[in-house]
Amino acid sequence: MLIDDYDPLKGKRLQILKETGTVIKTLEPQLEEDVLLKAYRTMVLTRAADDKAVKLQRQGRLGAYPPGLGQEASQLGPAMALDKNDWLIWAFREMGALIWKGVPLWRQFLYWMGNEEGNNFPDGIRVTPTSVPVGSQILHAVGISYASKIKKEGSVALVYFGDGGSSEGDFHEGLNMAGVLNTPTVFVCQNNQYAISMRRAKQTASQTIAQKALAYGFEGIQVDGNDLLALYAATKEAVDRARNGEGPTLIESFTYRRGDHTTSDDASRYRPEKEVTEWEKRDPILRFRKYLEKKKLWDDEKEKKLLDEIQDEVERCVAKAEAYHKPSIEDIFKHTYAEMPPELKDQMDRLQQREGSE
Amino acid sequence: MKMNMVSAINLALHQEMERDETVVVMGEDVGVDGGVFRVTEGLIEKFGPDRVIDTPLSESGIVGTAIGMAMNGLRPVAEMQFMGFSYLSLNQMITHAARMRNRTRGRLSVPMVLRMPYGGGVKALEHHSESTEALYAQIPGLKVVVPSSPKQAKGLLTSSIRDPDPVVFLEPKRSYRLIKEEVPEEAYTIPIGKARVMQEGDDVTVVGWGAMLPLIETATKKLEDISAEIIDLRSISPMDTETILESVKKTGRVVVVQEAPRSFGVGAEISARIMEKSVLHLEAPVERVAAPDITVPLPRSEDYYYINPDRIMRGIAKVMEF
Repeated sequence: MLIDDYDPLKGKRLQILKETGTVIKTLEPQLEEDVLLKAYRTMVLTRAADDKAVKLQRQGRLGAYPPGLGQEASQLGPAMALDKNDWLIWAFREMGALIWKGVPLWRQFLYWMGNEEGNNFPDGIRVTPTSVPVGSQILHAVGISYASKIKKEGSVALVYFGDGGSSEGDFHEGLNMAGVLNTPTVFVCQNNQYAISMRRAKQTASQTIAQKALAYGFEGIQVDGNDLLALYAATKEAVDRARNGEGPTLIESFTYRRGDHTTSDDASRYRPEKEVTEWEKRDPILRFRKYLEKKKLWDDEKEKKLLDEIQDEVERCVAKAEAYHKPSIEDIFKHTYAEMPPELKDQMDRLQQREGSE
Repeated sequence: MKMNMVSAINLALHQEMERDETVVVMGEDVGVDGGVFRVTEGLIEKFGPDRVIDTPLSESGIVGTAIGMAMNGLRPVAEMQFMGFSYLSLNQMITHAARMRNRTRGRLSVPMVLRMPYGGGVKALEHHSESTEALYAQIPGLKVVVPSSPKQAKGLLTSSIRDPDPVVFLEPKRSYRLIKEEVPEEAYTIPIGKARVMQEGDDVTVVGWGAMLPLIETATKKLEDISAEIIDLRSISPMDTETILESVKKTGRVVVVQEAPRSFGVGAEISARIMEKSVLHLEAPVERVAAPDITVPLPRSEDYYYINPDRIMRGIAKVMEF
């Protein structure tokens, strides 16, 4: 088993797909061709949408945004291991995972454009909204999966957070609680090496984040975060274990954020350009494309067609989000409570009179 | 049946857990030990450890997990051992429990109850006597409920558990075993957001909540020739302004009694609402009988600090003599 074999304390990190596009055959997950192609498409779409979001922000058409350049495999791989009924609890840099789970891309643009309706996902999609306070969503995954255990519904909760999130109290309370209650939770740390400007080394004196699982009584594994196949395989194993009642797992996805933390900061202030170019060579999408080419599933012609198609899709989603109606005064009041208390109704009426709207 | 507040709350928990299998109780020591004040006694024997969950000592962990459980279809009733420990979980209540409905446009909600003993007057340790209900009441999306007697506690807790939004349920620990009263055996609800006129009167309105009500009753009984109307607020947020204003129309004089520090508190809010909506009915400025804005003293000095019937009487005398 991967999780048992790749002991983080022995400095082991799981990699299945090499940068050249070749794989370790014995570890290669057996995914259907259409799943592989959909995965590639999702990563390419994520990169295009992410790039578009940054441009829109620069044009003042979208608010502060956390770019995910370089983390496409890290986002997507874990989500691919989930079933429809499983929950996905994300932080704020997991656009690809959301696309895979069926959250409409235009709603994601809408959220970053500053409209809560962006979090109004279609029915049946078990994805929580973004969590801006760092690490606090980890506990929700523990609770969601514990409820699943109590209700015997067989679903698993997978939660993303960053290396910075692992410094927060809620990370420790969450992992401790999950270990004690033996919940079906999969913790995915997207270790992208920086929490805004602070290096991973400033977050923890541990050699790895994966090894922290051991202190809470369960397994952890460090995975090459730019290797989609490794992320999928490790997470699939963790999900299966969780579903079988074998409790939680911590997966550290060892990756790199090539963009800024958000569009509000400038990463060149705190990290060397050389480091970024080194990581460009490990690009997760390029690596996966080489893999598909070796399998004769991909070529230049298909690539060109895909890029055109995705360009259109992104533009359509942006247009749909921008055309979405402006919230009314009632919209900002009506979801504070299930039923509006009289004082709040009174405040809403006064605001509506002042603004001259109904 | 006559019972104290601990038994009344315990009965409400038994009945709601029987009625609805999604109701679960969780917290440190709530299971085998029955809670530090024995409020959850007997529940684990009846409902088992899957529904009466002994958790690690982990305040943010308890509340954050409860939020997740509520998002996935359960109705957790989480216990903090003392209000003074709940600050460790305040972030989860403010940033998530209170906002999840709004954040998701009603797609996800957090129907949880956060129960905790609050207030002082029992010679407790540091951090065991806080009365900081205003902290919670200022957070949009939360409801804050404070019962004053066993009967009130049972009905209000039942409503809180059935409420679709997160409710902070504050139990006046000073009153836990102080009062015994007739409590209906069967389940009943008391609406959240409605105050009760506990005693009718014509000269002065005295508003209080939780542990202050028995003190207000004692004080007003001692008054000669002054007819006091007593309002038990019951629900801090949402607040029943209407019942207060109706009373002010009749009496023209108001005393608010709060155990909490004087500044920025619930009393100030009540006073402001009266000023905004009923100033012309006032015969005197609204008087606040409250604790000073200091750290709660240790037991040797707590008598200087806490509200007592004499202080309430002086407050009433002040508005009467104005």
